[in-house]
Amino acid sequence: MDRPHLETLTIEPQMAFGSIKNVSKIFSAGELLSRSAEPVVALDDASFDFEQGQLVSLLGPSGCGKTTLLRIVAGLIPKTSGSVVIGDHEVVEPLGDYGFVFQSPSLMPWRTVIDNVLFPMEILKRNNKAARQRAGELLELVGLSGFVGARPHQLSGGMQQRVALCRALIHAPQLLLMDEPFGALDELTRMEMNDLLLRIRRETGASVLFVTHSISEAIYLSDKVIVFSRRPARVAQEIPIDLPYPRSQRTRFTPAFTQAERIASEALGVLPPVDEKGTPS
Amino acid sequence: MMSRLVAQIGYPLAGVAFILAAWVFVCWAGNLPTVVLPTPDKVFYAFIARFDLLVSEGWVTLKETLYGFLLALVIGLPMAVAVANSRPLNLMFYPLLIGLQSVPKVALAPIVLVWLGTGMESKLAIVWLVAFFPIIVDTVAGLRSTPRELLELADSLRASRLQIFLKVQFPAALPFVITGAKVAITLAVIGAVIGEFVGSSEGLGFLLLSATSQLDTPLAFAALFALSVLGMFVYLLVELAERLAAPWLPPPSQRH
Ligand SMILES: Nc1ncnc2c1ncn2[C@@H]1O[C@H](COP(=O)(O)OP(=O)(O)OP(=O)(O)O)[C@@H](O)[C@H]1O
Ligand SMILES: [Mg+2]
Repeated sequence: MDRPHLETLTIEPQMAFGSIKNVSKIFSAGELLSRSAEPVVALDDASFDFEQGQLVSLLGPSGCGKTTLLRIVAGLIPKTSGSVVIGDHEVVEPLGDYGFVFQSPSLMPWRTVIDNVLFPMEILKRNNKAARQRAGELLELVGLSGFVGARPHQLSGGMQQRVALCRALIHAPQLLLMDEPFGALDELTRMEMNDLLLRIRRETGASVLFVTHSISEAIYLSDKVIVFSRRPARVAQEIPIDLPYPRSQRTRFTPAFTQAERIASEALGVLPPVDEKGTPS
Repeated sequence: MMSRLVAQIGYPLAGVAFILAAWVFVCWAGNLPTVVLPTPDKVFYAFIARFDLLVSEGWVTLKETLYGFLLALVIGLPMAVAVANSRPLNLMFYPLLIGLQSVPKVALAPIVLVWLGTGMESKLAIVWLVAFFPIIVDTVAGLRSTPRELLELADSLRASRLQIFLKVQFPAALPFVITGAKVAITLAVIGAVIGEFVGSSEGLGFLLLSATSQLDTPLAFAALFALSVLGMFVYLLVELAERLAAPWLPPPSQRH
Protein backbone atom coordinates (compact mmCIF):
# COMPACT_ATOMS: atom_id res chain seq x y z
CA MET A 1 0.00 0.00 0.00
CA ASP A 2 2.76 2.44 0.91
CA ARG A 3 5.11 1.14 -1.77
CA PRO A 4 3.93 3.14 -4.75
CA HIS A 5 7.15 2.73 -6.72
CA LEU A 6 6.47 -0.98 -7.07
CA GLU A 7 3.48 0.01 -9.14
CA THR A 8 5.47 2.32 -11.36
CA LEU A 9 8.01 -0.40 -11.92
CA THR A 10 5.47 -2.52 -13.73
CA ILE A 11 5.74 -1.12 -17.23
CA GLU A 12 2.81 0.95 -18.38
CA PRO A 13 2.78 1.69 -22.08
CA GLN A 14 0.65 4.81 -21.57
CA MET A 15 3.25 6.99 -19.88
CA ALA A 16 2.45 9.90 -17.61
CA PHE A 17 3.58 13.42 -18.53
CA GLY A 18 6.30 13.37 -15.94
CA SER A 19 7.89 10.22 -14.71
CA ILE A 20 10.59 9.97 -12.08
CA LYS A 21 11.79 6.38 -11.84
CA ASN A 22 14.17 4.93 -9.28
CA VAL A 23 16.21 8.10 -9.14
CA SER A 24 19.18 8.03 -6.81
CA LYS A 25 21.77 10.67 -6.20
CA ILE A 26 25.00 10.15 -4.35
CA PHE A 27 27.24 13.15 -3.92
CA SER A 28 30.72 11.72 -4.08
CA ALA A 29 33.31 13.09 -1.70
CA GLY A 30 35.06 14.99 -4.46
CA GLU A 31 31.98 16.61 -5.93
CA LEU A 32 31.53 20.34 -5.75
CA LEU A 33 31.26 21.93 -2.34
CA SER A 34 31.28 18.82 -0.27
CA ARG A 35 33.89 19.02 2.43
CA SER A 36 32.98 15.81 4.19
CA ALA A 37 35.06 12.76 3.37
CA GLU A 38 32.07 10.45 3.04
CA PRO A 39 29.77 10.39 0.06
CA VAL A 40 26.29 11.75 0.75
CA VAL A 41 23.26 9.80 -0.38
CA ALA A 42 20.85 12.61 -1.14
CA LEU A 43 18.18 10.57 -2.92
CA ASP A 44 17.54 6.88 -2.64
CA ASP A 45 15.42 5.24 -5.28
CA ALA A 46 12.76 7.92 -5.57
CA SER A 47 9.87 7.26 -7.97
CA PHE A 48 6.62 9.00 -8.77
CA ASP A 49 4.59 10.08 -11.78
CA PHE A 50 2.45 13.07 -12.53
CA GLU A 51 0.02 14.03 -15.27
CA GLN A 52 0.08 17.09 -17.44
CA GLY A 53 -1.35 20.07 -15.60
CA GLN A 54 -1.03 18.44 -12.21
CA LEU A 55 0.38 20.25 -9.22
CA VAL A 56 2.50 17.91 -7.14
CA SER A 57 4.04 18.90 -3.83
CA LEU A 58 7.22 17.39 -2.48
CA LEU A 59 7.10 17.38 1.29
CA GLY A 60 9.90 16.24 3.52
CA PRO A 61 12.28 17.10 6.32
CA SER A 62 15.07 19.58 5.74
CA GLY A 63 18.10 18.18 3.95
CA CYS A 64 16.26 15.13 2.63
CA GLY A 65 17.04 15.90 -1.00
CA LYS A 66 14.04 17.82 -2.37
CA THR A 67 16.12 20.56 -3.94
CA THR A 68 18.45 17.92 -5.33
CA LEU A 69 15.49 16.20 -6.96
CA LEU A 70 14.31 19.45 -8.55
CA ARG A 71 17.81 20.08 -9.88
CA ILE A 72 17.87 16.60 -11.37
CA VAL A 73 14.44 17.05 -12.95
CA ALA A 74 15.69 20.34 -14.39
CA GLY A 75 18.73 18.60 -15.80
CA LEU A 76 21.07 20.88 -13.87
CA ILE A 77 22.97 18.10 -12.12
CA PRO A 78 23.47 14.49 -13.17
CA LYS A 79 21.71 11.69 -11.30
CA THR A 80 23.59 8.65 -10.11
CA SER A 81 20.95 6.23 -11.42
CA GLY A 82 17.35 6.04 -12.50
CA SER A 83 15.49 7.97 -15.16
CA VAL A 84 13.56 11.20 -15.46
CA VAL A 85 11.16 11.65 -18.35
CA ILE A 86 9.29 14.90 -18.88
CA GLY A 87 6.95 15.07 -21.84
CA ASP A 88 8.69 13.03 -24.49
CA HIS A 89 12.17 13.73 -23.26
CA GLU A 90 14.55 11.79 -21.12
CA VAL A 91 16.14 14.54 -19.05
CA VAL A 92 19.93 14.47 -19.16
CA GLU A 93 20.51 18.21 -19.62
CA PRO A 94 18.31 21.30 -19.28
CA LEU A 95 15.44 21.29 -21.77
CA GLY A 96 15.05 25.06 -21.70
CA ASP A 97 11.33 24.70 -21.14
CA TYR A 98 11.03 25.05 -17.38
CA GLY A 99 10.11 27.88 -15.10
CA PHE A 100 12.14 28.09 -11.92
CA VAL A 101 11.15 29.79 -8.69
CA PHE A 102 13.53 29.73 -5.74
CA GLN A 103 13.06 30.33 -2.06
CA SER A 104 14.62 33.78 -2.37
CA PRO A 105 13.26 35.93 -5.19
CA SER A 106 16.74 36.00 -6.79
CA LEU A 107 15.96 38.97 -8.98
CA MET A 108 18.72 40.87 -10.72
CA PRO A 109 19.16 44.19 -8.94
CA TRP A 110 20.53 45.78 -12.09
CA ARG A 111 17.34 45.13 -14.05
CA THR A 112 13.98 46.80 -13.73
CA VAL A 113 10.98 44.66 -12.81
CA ILE A 114 9.88 44.13 -16.40
CA ASP A 115 13.41 43.40 -17.59
CA ASN A 116 13.74 40.81 -14.85
CA VAL A 117 10.57 39.18 -16.10
CA LEU A 118 11.91 39.28 -19.67
CA PHE A 119 15.24 37.70 -18.78
CA PRO A 120 14.27 34.19 -19.98
CA MET A 121 13.03 35.62 -23.27
CA GLU A 122 16.38 37.33 -23.81
CA ILE A 123 18.22 34.09 -23.21
CA LEU A 124 15.85 32.24 -25.54
CA LYS A 125 16.20 35.06 -28.10
CA ARG A 126 12.45 35.60 -28.13
CA ASN A 127 12.45 39.05 -26.60
CA ASN A 128 10.07 40.71 -29.03
CA LYS A 129 7.08 42.99 -28.75
CA ALA A 130 4.73 40.15 -27.96
CA ALA A 131 7.00 39.11 -25.10
CA ARG A 132 6.93 42.61 -23.64
CA GLN A 133 3.18 42.63 -23.86
CA ARG A 134 2.94 39.27 -22.15
CA ALA A 135 5.29 40.46 -19.42
CA GLY A 136 2.99 43.40 -18.85
CA GLU A 137 -0.03 41.11 -18.67
CA LEU A 138 1.68 38.78 -16.21
CA LEU A 139 2.66 41.67 -13.98
CA GLU A 140 -0.91 42.87 -14.10
CA LEU A 141 -2.12 39.39 -13.19
CA VAL A 142 0.01 39.40 -10.05
CA GLY A 143 -1.05 42.95 -9.22
CA LEU A 144 2.21 44.72 -10.02
CA SER A 145 1.27 46.72 -13.10
CA GLY A 146 2.28 49.89 -11.26
CA PHE A 147 5.84 48.66 -10.71
CA VAL A 148 6.89 47.76 -14.23
CA GLY A 149 9.83 50.16 -14.23
CA ALA A 150 10.78 49.82 -10.56
CA ARG A 151 13.97 48.24 -9.31
CA PRO A 152 13.74 45.06 -7.20
CA HIS A 153 15.06 46.77 -4.06
CA GLN A 154 12.08 49.08 -4.12
CA LEU A 155 9.69 46.13 -3.67
CA SER A 156 8.73 44.13 -0.61
CA GLY A 157 9.70 40.46 -0.34
CA GLY A 158 6.25 39.29 -1.39
CA MET A 159 6.20 41.62 -4.37
CA GLN A 160 9.66 40.44 -5.42
CA GLN A 161 8.51 36.84 -5.26
CA ARG A 162 5.57 37.71 -7.49
CA VAL A 163 8.02 39.18 -10.01
CA ALA A 164 9.99 35.94 -9.79
CA LEU A 165 6.78 34.07 -10.51
CA CYS A 166 6.20 36.16 -13.63
CA ARG A 167 9.78 35.51 -14.71
CA ALA A 168 9.13 31.78 -14.37
CA LEU A 169 5.99 32.03 -16.50
CA ILE A 170 7.06 34.42 -19.25
CA HIS A 171 8.23 31.75 -21.68
CA ALA A 172 5.07 29.68 -21.09
CA PRO A 173 6.95 26.65 -19.78
CA GLN A 174 5.30 23.25 -19.62
CA LEU A 175 6.65 22.63 -16.15
CA LEU A 176 7.14 24.93 -13.18
CA LEU A 177 9.73 23.93 -10.62
CA MET A 178 9.22 25.76 -7.36
CA ASP A 179 11.61 25.32 -4.46
CA GLU A 180 9.97 26.56 -1.28
CA PRO A 181 8.94 29.68 -3.13
CA PHE A 182 6.80 31.10 -0.35
CA GLY A 183 8.84 29.85 2.58
CA ALA A 184 10.20 33.28 3.44
CA LEU A 185 6.84 35.02 3.36
CA ASP A 186 4.50 35.78 6.21
CA GLU A 187 1.41 33.61 6.62
CA LEU A 188 -1.01 36.08 5.07
CA THR A 189 1.10 36.83 2.01
CA ARG A 190 1.73 33.14 1.64
CA MET A 191 -2.00 32.36 1.48
CA GLU A 192 -2.46 35.07 -1.13
CA MET A 193 0.40 33.63 -3.13
CA ASN A 194 -1.11 30.16 -2.88
CA ASP A 195 -4.36 31.40 -4.37
CA LEU A 196 -2.44 33.28 -7.03
CA LEU A 197 -0.50 30.16 -7.94
CA LEU A 198 -3.67 28.11 -8.25
CA ARG A 199 -5.18 30.77 -10.48
CA ILE A 200 -2.09 30.90 -12.68
CA ARG A 201 -2.01 27.14 -12.91
CA ARG A 202 -5.65 27.17 -14.01
CA GLU A 203 -4.99 29.81 -16.65
CA THR A 204 -1.76 28.42 -18.02
CA GLY A 205 -2.32 24.69 -17.61
CA ALA A 206 1.30 24.26 -16.57
CA SER A 207 2.38 21.30 -14.49
CA VAL A 208 3.99 22.22 -11.19
CA LEU A 209 6.49 20.49 -8.92
CA PHE A 210 6.29 22.36 -5.66
CA VAL A 211 8.72 21.85 -2.78
CA THR A 212 7.53 22.94 0.62
CA HIS A 213 7.99 22.36 4.34
CA SER A 214 4.42 23.25 5.09
CA ILE A 215 1.96 20.38 5.34
CA SER A 216 -1.09 22.56 4.96
CA GLU A 217 0.39 24.46 2.01
CA ALA A 218 1.16 21.20 0.27
CA ILE A 219 -2.36 19.93 0.73
CA TYR A 220 -4.03 23.19 -0.12
CA LEU A 221 -2.26 23.43 -3.46
CA SER A 222 -1.81 19.92 -4.71
CA ASP A 223 -3.40 17.19 -6.72
CA LYS A 224 -0.91 14.91 -5.07
CA VAL A 225 1.57 15.16 -2.21
CA ILE A 226 4.76 13.13 -2.25
CA VAL A 227 6.11 12.68 1.26
CA PHE A 228 9.81 12.00 1.59
CA SER A 229 11.48 10.26 4.47
CA ARG A 230 14.54 11.55 6.26
CA ARG A 231 17.82 11.43 4.38
CA PRO A 232 18.49 9.46 2.33
CA ALA A 233 15.21 10.52 0.82
CA ARG A 234 12.86 7.84 -0.34
CA VAL A 235 9.27 8.32 -1.20
CA ALA A 236 7.56 7.47 2.07
CA GLN A 237 4.06 7.95 0.75
CA GLU A 238 2.06 9.33 -2.16
CA ILE A 239 -1.06 11.06 -0.95
CA PRO A 240 -3.67 11.92 -3.56
CA ILE A 241 -5.62 14.99 -2.50
CA ASP A 242 -9.23 14.61 -3.52
CA LEU A 243 -10.35 18.13 -2.75
CA PRO A 244 -12.17 19.74 -5.67
CA TYR A 245 -10.72 22.79 -7.42
CA PRO A 246 -11.16 25.72 -7.35
CA ARG A 247 -10.18 25.73 -3.71
CA SER A 248 -10.56 28.63 -1.36
CA GLN A 249 -9.28 29.36 2.11
CA ARG A 250 -12.48 27.73 3.40
CA THR A 251 -11.19 24.44 2.02
CA ARG A 252 -8.68 24.41 4.88
CA PHE A 253 -11.48 23.85 7.36
CA THR A 254 -13.16 20.89 5.69
CA PRO A 255 -12.91 17.39 7.22
CA ALA A 256 -11.26 16.07 4.05
CA PHE A 257 -8.49 18.66 4.45
CA THR A 258 -7.90 17.76 8.08
CA GLN A 259 -7.88 14.10 7.17
CA ALA A 260 -5.22 14.70 4.52
CA GLU A 261 -3.19 16.72 7.02
CA ARG A 262 -3.32 13.81 9.47
CA ILE A 263 -2.16 11.31 6.85
CA ALA A 264 0.70 13.57 5.76
CA SER A 265 1.75 14.20 9.37
CA GLU A 266 1.86 10.47 10.00
CA ALA A 267 3.86 9.89 6.85
CA LEU A 268 6.33 12.56 7.94
CA GLY A 269 6.58 10.95 11.35
CA VAL A 270 5.53 14.05 13.23
CA LEU A 271 2.39 12.26 14.38
CA PRO A 272 2.78 8.78 15.81
CA PRO A 273 0.41 6.49 13.94
CA VAL A 274 -2.59 4.84 15.65
CA ASP A 275 -1.75 4.59 19.35
CA GLU A 276 -0.75 7.61 21.45
CA LYS A 277 2.40 6.12 22.98
CA GLY A 278 5.77 7.64 22.20
CA THR A 279 6.27 11.28 21.37
CA PRO A 280 7.84 12.42 18.12
CA SER A 281 11.51 13.26 18.48
CA MET B 1 15.13 71.58 5.74
CA MET B 2 17.16 74.33 7.36
CA SER B 3 18.64 71.99 9.91
CA ARG B 4 19.67 69.57 7.17
CA LEU B 5 21.49 72.39 5.41
CA VAL B 6 23.30 73.18 8.64
CA ALA B 7 24.19 69.52 9.07
CA GLN B 8 25.43 69.02 5.53
CA ILE B 9 27.35 72.25 5.02
CA GLY B 10 27.65 73.93 8.39
CA TYR B 11 29.33 71.10 10.28
CA PRO B 12 32.00 70.32 7.66
CA LEU B 13 32.76 74.05 7.41
CA ALA B 14 33.04 74.27 11.17
CA GLY B 15 35.44 71.34 11.06
CA VAL B 16 37.65 73.09 8.51
CA ALA B 17 37.54 76.32 10.51
CA PHE B 18 38.59 74.43 13.62
CA ILE B 19 41.60 72.88 11.88
CA LEU B 20 42.64 76.26 10.44
CA ALA B 21 42.34 77.85 13.88
CA ALA B 22 44.42 75.07 15.42
CA TRP B 23 47.00 75.49 12.66
CA VAL B 24 47.27 79.26 13.24
CA PHE B 25 47.43 78.70 16.98
CA VAL B 26 50.31 76.21 16.66
CA CYS B 27 52.24 78.65 14.42
CA TRP B 28 51.64 81.51 16.80
CA ALA B 29 52.11 79.67 20.10
CA GLY B 30 55.23 77.82 18.92
CA ASN B 31 56.48 80.94 17.17
CA LEU B 32 57.40 78.67 14.27
CA PRO B 33 59.37 80.05 11.33
CA THR B 34 57.71 79.82 7.91
CA VAL B 35 60.25 77.22 6.78
CA VAL B 36 59.01 74.82 9.42
CA LEU B 37 55.28 75.53 9.28
CA PRO B 38 53.87 78.41 7.25
CA THR B 39 50.62 80.00 8.37
CA PRO B 40 47.52 79.21 6.26
CA ASP B 41 47.53 82.62 4.64
CA LYS B 42 51.08 82.13 3.34
CA VAL B 43 50.11 78.78 1.89
CA PHE B 44 47.05 80.34 0.34
CA TYR B 45 49.17 83.12 -1.12
CA ALA B 46 51.63 80.60 -2.56
CA PHE B 47 48.74 78.62 -4.03
CA ILE B 48 47.39 81.69 -5.82
CA ALA B 49 50.75 83.11 -6.89
CA ARG B 50 52.05 79.79 -8.27
CA PHE B 51 48.71 78.60 -9.55
CA ASP B 52 49.92 78.15 -13.14
CA LEU B 53 52.85 76.06 -11.98
CA LEU B 54 50.61 73.92 -9.78
CA VAL B 55 48.20 73.35 -12.64
CA SER B 56 50.90 72.34 -15.12
CA GLU B 57 52.63 70.02 -12.62
CA GLY B 58 49.25 68.74 -11.46
CA TRP B 59 48.36 67.95 -15.05
CA VAL B 60 51.42 65.68 -15.26
CA THR B 61 50.50 63.85 -12.07
CA LEU B 62 46.88 63.58 -13.17
CA LYS B 63 47.90 61.98 -16.45
CA GLU B 64 50.20 59.51 -14.70
CA THR B 65 47.44 58.61 -12.25
CA LEU B 66 44.65 58.18 -14.77
CA TYR B 67 46.67 56.42 -17.45
CA GLY B 68 48.19 54.03 -14.96
CA PHE B 69 44.76 53.38 -13.48
CA LEU B 70 43.18 52.77 -16.88
CA LEU B 71 46.05 50.47 -17.75
CA ALA B 72 45.33 48.52 -14.56
CA LEU B 73 41.66 48.28 -15.57
CA VAL B 74 42.37 47.28 -19.14
CA ILE B 75 44.80 44.56 -18.11
CA GLY B 76 43.19 43.62 -14.81
CA LEU B 77 39.61 43.01 -15.95
CA PRO B 78 40.32 40.46 -18.70
CA MET B 79 42.81 38.70 -16.47
CA ALA B 80 40.21 38.59 -13.71
CA VAL B 81 37.70 37.05 -16.11
CA ALA B 82 40.25 34.42 -17.13
CA VAL B 83 41.26 33.59 -13.57
CA ALA B 84 37.65 33.47 -12.35
CA ASN B 85 36.39 31.19 -15.11
CA SER B 86 39.23 28.76 -15.56
CA ARG B 87 39.83 26.31 -12.78
CA PRO B 88 43.52 25.68 -13.60
CA LEU B 89 44.24 29.40 -13.94
CA ASN B 90 42.42 30.05 -10.72
CA LEU B 91 44.37 27.41 -8.85
CA MET B 92 47.61 28.69 -10.34
CA PHE B 93 47.23 32.41 -9.82
CA TYR B 94 44.58 33.30 -7.27
CA PRO B 95 46.62 32.45 -4.16
CA LEU B 96 49.57 34.24 -5.76
CA LEU B 97 47.49 37.34 -6.39
CA ILE B 98 46.20 37.38 -2.82
CA GLY B 99 49.73 36.95 -1.52
CA LEU B 100 51.19 39.66 -3.74
CA GLN B 101 48.43 42.04 -2.75
CA SER B 102 49.96 42.57 0.66
CA VAL B 103 53.46 43.21 -0.72
CA PRO B 104 54.23 46.95 -0.53
CA LYS B 105 54.54 47.55 -4.26
CA VAL B 106 55.87 51.10 -3.87
CA ALA B 107 59.04 49.54 -2.51
CA LEU B 108 59.66 48.42 -6.08
CA ALA B 109 59.68 52.02 -7.31
CA PRO B 110 63.49 52.42 -7.29
CA ILE B 111 63.90 49.21 -9.27
CA VAL B 112 61.23 50.19 -11.76
CA LEU B 113 63.08 53.45 -12.21
CA VAL B 114 66.28 51.61 -13.00
CA TRP B 115 64.41 49.60 -15.60
CA LEU B 116 62.33 52.31 -17.21
CA GLY B 117 64.11 55.57 -16.55
CA THR B 118 62.75 58.79 -15.08
CA GLY B 119 60.14 59.47 -17.73
CA MET B 120 56.41 58.82 -17.88
CA GLU B 121 56.89 55.05 -18.40
CA SER B 122 58.24 54.37 -14.92
CA LYS B 123 55.37 56.33 -13.31
CA LEU B 124 52.81 54.43 -15.34
CA ALA B 125 54.43 51.18 -14.31
CA ILE B 126 54.38 52.08 -10.61
CA VAL B 127 50.79 53.34 -10.74
CA TRP B 128 49.79 50.23 -12.65
CA LEU B 129 51.51 48.05 -10.09
CA VAL B 130 49.64 49.50 -7.12
CA ALA B 131 46.27 49.82 -8.89
CA PHE B 132 46.27 46.42 -10.58
CA PHE B 133 45.93 44.21 -7.51
CA PRO B 134 42.82 45.62 -5.88
CA ILE B 135 41.11 45.62 -9.28
CA ILE B 136 41.92 42.05 -10.21
CA VAL B 137 41.43 40.58 -6.73
CA ASP B 138 38.06 42.26 -6.15
CA THR B 139 36.87 41.49 -9.66
CA VAL B 140 37.76 37.81 -9.35
CA ALA B 141 35.98 37.69 -5.99
CA GLY B 142 32.92 39.29 -7.59
CA LEU B 143 32.90 37.01 -10.60
CA ARG B 144 33.13 33.98 -8.38
CA SER B 145 30.29 34.95 -6.07
CA THR B 146 27.45 35.03 -8.56
CA PRO B 147 24.30 33.87 -6.76
CA ARG B 148 23.82 30.17 -7.46
CA GLU B 149 20.12 30.63 -8.23
CA LEU B 150 20.85 33.04 -11.06
CA LEU B 151 23.35 30.64 -12.59
CA GLU B 152 20.84 27.79 -12.30
CA LEU B 153 18.14 29.94 -13.84
CA ALA B 154 20.41 30.72 -16.79
CA ASP B 155 21.49 27.08 -17.06
CA SER B 156 17.91 25.83 -17.02
CA LEU B 157 17.26 28.08 -20.03
CA ARG B 158 20.32 26.67 -21.79
CA ALA B 159 22.09 30.01 -21.80
CA SER B 160 25.42 30.10 -23.60
CA ARG B 161 28.58 30.85 -21.65
CA LEU B 162 28.77 34.27 -23.27
CA GLN B 163 25.16 35.02 -22.33
CA ILE B 164 25.82 33.93 -18.76
CA PHE B 165 28.89 36.10 -18.56
CA LEU B 166 27.35 39.20 -20.09
CA LYS B 167 23.88 38.99 -18.58
CA VAL B 168 24.51 37.44 -15.18
CA GLN B 169 28.08 37.05 -14.02
CA PHE B 170 29.54 40.41 -14.96
CA PRO B 171 26.65 42.65 -13.87
CA ALA B 172 26.51 40.74 -10.59
CA ALA B 173 30.25 41.37 -10.12
CA LEU B 174 30.09 45.06 -10.97
CA PRO B 175 29.74 46.30 -7.37
CA PHE B 176 32.93 44.38 -6.54
CA VAL B 177 34.72 45.87 -9.54
CA ILE B 178 33.72 49.34 -8.43
CA THR B 179 34.91 48.74 -4.87
CA GLY B 180 38.24 47.57 -6.27
CA ALA B 181 38.44 50.55 -8.59
CA LYS B 182 37.89 52.96 -5.71
CA VAL B 183 40.74 51.45 -3.72
CA ALA B 184 42.85 51.39 -6.89
CA ILE B 185 42.36 55.05 -7.78
CA THR B 186 43.33 56.13 -4.26
CA LEU B 187 46.46 54.00 -4.45
CA ALA B 188 47.15 55.26 -7.97
CA VAL B 189 47.64 58.83 -6.73
CA ILE B 190 50.04 57.58 -4.08
CA GLY B 191 51.87 55.52 -6.69
CA ALA B 192 52.27 58.52 -8.98
CA VAL B 193 53.68 60.68 -6.18
CA ILE B 194 56.08 57.97 -5.02
CA GLY B 195 57.25 57.55 -8.61
CA GLU B 196 57.92 61.27 -8.80
CA PHE B 197 59.70 61.26 -5.44
CA VAL B 198 62.06 58.52 -6.53
CA GLY B 199 63.07 60.10 -9.77
CA SER B 200 61.37 62.71 -11.91
CA SER B 201 61.65 66.19 -13.27
CA GLU B 202 57.98 67.06 -13.23
CA GLY B 203 54.73 66.49 -11.42
CA LEU B 204 53.35 67.58 -8.06
CA GLY B 205 55.48 65.05 -6.19
CA PHE B 206 58.58 66.49 -7.82
CA LEU B 207 57.39 70.02 -7.05
CA LEU B 208 56.80 69.09 -3.43
CA LEU B 209 60.28 67.64 -3.15
CA SER B 210 62.08 70.51 -4.88
CA ALA B 211 60.13 73.16 -2.97
CA THR B 212 61.11 71.51 0.29
CA SER B 213 64.75 71.29 -0.69
CA GLN B 214 64.66 75.01 -1.57
CA LEU B 215 63.07 75.71 1.83
CA ASP B 216 60.00 77.08 0.04
CA THR B 217 57.65 75.43 2.53
CA PRO B 218 54.57 77.47 1.56
CA LEU B 219 54.87 76.16 -2.00
CA ALA B 220 55.36 72.61 -0.69
CA PHE B 221 52.13 72.96 1.29
CA ALA B 222 50.38 74.44 -1.71
CA ALA B 223 51.50 71.39 -3.75
CA LEU B 224 50.22 69.12 -1.00
CA PHE B 225 46.89 70.89 -1.13
CA ALA B 226 46.80 70.55 -4.92
CA LEU B 227 47.51 66.84 -4.53
CA SER B 228 44.56 66.46 -2.18
CA VAL B 229 42.33 68.20 -4.67
CA LEU B 230 43.63 65.91 -7.40
CA GLY B 231 43.00 62.85 -5.25
CA MET B 232 39.44 63.89 -4.56
CA PHE B 233 38.88 64.73 -8.20
CA VAL B 234 39.93 61.32 -9.52
CA TYR B 235 37.93 59.59 -6.79
CA LEU B 236 34.86 61.55 -7.82
CA LEU B 237 35.51 60.54 -11.42
CA VAL B 238 35.31 56.89 -10.38
CA GLU B 239 32.12 57.59 -8.45
CA LEU B 240 30.68 59.28 -11.51
CA ALA B 241 31.58 56.24 -13.59
CA GLU B 242 29.87 54.12 -10.95
CA ARG B 243 26.66 56.11 -11.23
CA LEU B 244 26.74 55.70 -15.01
CA ALA B 245 27.66 52.02 -15.05
CA ALA B 246 25.64 50.84 -12.06
CA PRO B 247 22.72 53.21 -11.52
CA TRP B 248 20.90 50.54 -9.53
CA LEU B 249 23.34 50.78 -6.62
CA PRO B 250 22.24 53.14 -3.89
CA PRO B 251 24.18 56.43 -4.01
CA PRO B 252 27.44 56.26 -1.99
CA SER B 253 26.25 58.90 0.47
CA GLN B 254 23.34 56.70 1.55
CA ARG B 255 25.41 53.62 2.09
CA HIS B 256 26.91 54.36 5.51
N1 LIG C 1 26.52 20.04 -4.23
C1 LIG C 1 26.45 19.19 -3.20
N2 LIG C 1 27.54 18.50 -2.80
C2 LIG C 1 27.47 17.64 -1.78
N3 LIG C 1 26.36 17.39 -1.07
C3 LIG C 1 25.24 18.05 -1.41
C4 LIG C 1 25.22 18.98 -2.50
N4 LIG C 1 23.97 19.48 -2.60
C5 LIG C 1 23.25 18.89 -1.63
N5 LIG C 1 24.00 18.03 -0.91
C6 LIG C 1 23.54 17.19 0.20
O1 LIG C 1 22.39 16.49 -0.21
C7 LIG C 1 21.43 16.48 0.82
C8 LIG C 1 20.11 16.97 0.31
O2 LIG C 1 20.20 18.35 0.03
P1 LIG C 1 18.99 19.19 -0.55
O3 LIG C 1 19.44 20.59 -0.71
O4 LIG C 1 18.46 18.52 -1.73
O5 LIG C 1 17.93 19.07 0.64
P2 LIG C 1 16.49 19.73 0.75
O6 LIG C 1 15.53 18.62 0.94
O7 LIG C 1 16.25 20.66 -0.36
O8 LIG C 1 16.61 20.53 2.12
P3 LIG C 1 15.89 21.87 2.53
O9 LIG C 1 14.48 21.51 2.78
O10 LIG C 1 16.60 22.26 3.79
O11 LIG C 1 16.08 22.84 1.42
C9 LIG C 1 22.00 17.28 1.96
O12 LIG C 1 22.46 16.39 2.94
C10 LIG C 1 23.13 18.04 1.37
O13 LIG C 1 24.16 18.15 2.30
MG1 LIG D 1 16.02 22.74 -0.51
